[in-house]
Amino acid sequence: MNRIDIKVGTFLALRQVRHASFLTTALIISVMTLTFLNLVVVNGILVGLVKTNANNKFYSGDVIVSPLREKSFIERSADIVRMAEAQNGVVAVSARYIESGRLEANYKTRLRQTDLINDAGGQIVGINPDDEDMVTQLSSKIIEGSYLEEGDYDQILVGSDLLFKYAQIDSPGVKTLRDTEAGSKVRLVIGDIEREVTIKGVVKAKVGEVDSRIFMIDNQLRSLINRFDYNVDEISIRLEPGADASVVKQALIDAGFDKKAKVLLADEAKPKFLQDVEKTFGLMGNLIGSIGLVVASITIFIVIFVNALTRRKFIGILKGIGISSRAIEFSYVIQSLFYAGCGTLIGLFVVYGILKPYIDVNPINFPFSDGILFVPISGTMLRVLTLMITTIIAGYLPAKLIVRQNTLNAILGR
Amino acid sequence: MSNIIEVTNITKSFKDGDRVTEVLKGVSFSVPKGQFVAIMGRSGAGKSTFLYQLGLLDHPTSGELMLDGVDILKLKSEERTRFRLERLGYVFQDYALLPDLTAIENVVLPLLMQNVPDDIAYEKSKQALMRVGLEKRMYSLSNKLSGGEQQRVSIARSIAHDPKILFADEPTANLDSESSENVISIFKELHKQGQTIVMVTHEADYGKITDRTVLLADGVIIEDTINAHS
Repeated sequence: MNRIDIKVGTFLALRQVRHASFLTTALIISVMTLTFLNLVVVNGILVGLVKTNANNKFYSGDVIVSPLREKSFIERSADIVRMAEAQNGVVAVSARYIESGRLEANYKTRLRQTDLINDAGGQIVGINPDDEDMVTQLSSKIIEGSYLEEGDYDQILVGSDLLFKYAQIDSPGVKTLRDTEAGSKVRLVIGDIEREVTIKGVVKAKVGEVDSRIFMIDNQLRSLINRFDYNVDEISIRLEPGADASVVKQALIDAGFDKKAKVLLADEAKPKFLQDVEKTFGLMGNLIGSIGLVVASITIFIVIFVNALTRRKFIGILKGIGISSRAIEFSYVIQSLFYAGCGTLIGLFVVYGILKPYIDVNPINFPFSDGILFVPISGTMLRVLTLMITTIIAGYLPAKLIVRQNTLNAILGR
Repeated sequence: MSNIIEVTNITKSFKDGDRVTEVLKGVSFSVPKGQFVAIMGRSGAGKSTFLYQLGLLDHPTSGELMLDGVDILKLKSEERTRFRLERLGYVFQDYALLPDLTAIENVVLPLLMQNVPDDIAYEKSKQALMRVGLEKRMYSLSNKLSGGEQQRVSIARSIAHDPKILFADEPTANLDSESSENVISIFKELHKQGQTIVMVTHEADYGKITDRTVLLADGVIIEDTINAHS
């Protein structure tokens, strides 16, 4: 193909597009837009199911410090908290005390020892409600009752996974509390210690670590378990948006705290199964995206083929007056790029101008996560590039098929 | 006078399954430069098929074809297209204009394909349209023009690049008498200026304005007459 072919092909394509029926053009561009959305959005939602960042937002913070394997708490917790709070970009630090325990609901109505106990086990987490809320926005995840306040003694928040009302699980290994809700009195049992508490609220963050926990005021838990030092079991650190969490992590390591505790970034702290699920969904997204790409190529092929077929006579005329086959083919490639380009631009507007901002504010309420639309610019641009290359091929092939037909037959319509 | 068209024993057959139909049965024919030839005959005589072979829109089954001194049948497909683009003009019965293009764009397109600079190509196209009396409709879309106007655009397109030979396939068949007269007068004018023209027509009257009338029947030339006025 030489410069003249490109010039004449462009000349033809521009005029064909300009004088094409508005409705036909709109229809083709709509098909292209939907094809683009199929390519980007389906994949984005699928990956967005697990890329919600909920673990970071509602549990770990940007950096999380936890005990070493051989320790049951974080040594020099107070020093770590102080140092973390002094770091640039750190917004809040939440130090948590954690003990295993369980809740009993029918302790007042159970008459015999053989009666079934209505109980559920979980981690009892002592928090400073204000600090915790600044780090994990826990108060925004209350689905029943209200959030804890300082001084709320004998009151707890219960994760939704511990209530049968929200987690209809009925297996001997996983027990949930029946007929229990915000306002119910339950017995909190930690080892030999028992205390009657009121459920002030129910938490549902769609993060396993949060939804299976029982939260109470840290001072009360400390006194219940007779912990007299200030060493805690978990420290979550929240940074300003855009701040580099690895800098904070490195500062803690440089101060030697990695000898006292595990210092991890949010992503590193994600459970292995969650990382595997992310990879699996990513693969599925790519697979669906590939199918979308094949569908897109076939769509473009059909559109261009039908377009070229209906213009077979004119293609014959063009050849008849001496226009080269390459120029004619190029004109169809330009047209298909025009349609795909318009469809892509509209698709980009729909994705980044409408869908993403909307879903960011109103996540899709899936049973196990609040799905976001995961559409990183780099991934989308790669898809746009792939779509354009596919378009060039899918636009060229049908034009080539029509153009190679006998000139006279095309002109005479035989 | 040298011959610009030399046809020797051309045949053209069409296959339909096992059946072979021979439309041209060994036609030999030559045209000197500047001659205006009318090819006539009844429907099915093979005159359009003959013109398609001469205009390089089709490929003969056998025979020899020399146009402007070039052995056409030895050219590759792309070379034939190039030859048609640069040296031939073709006026179709149904005008064969591109509906997405304006009159001037239809005319300029073959010139752009010949790599004529844009300004010169458009100037030549304007002149061609002026020669056929369409200077006021240059920027109208071709499908908005009347049949006569479309045929004149088709003629302008075929002459804008000063072709060596102009072929016309029943150029007035779809036109009313006034438009037909216009078209024929354009051909007469072109002929006066030395243009070689080969025109297929049904109209016996056009024999009066051409130099020569060739009568085809059943795929062979049965009569070849030099007209008295030439």
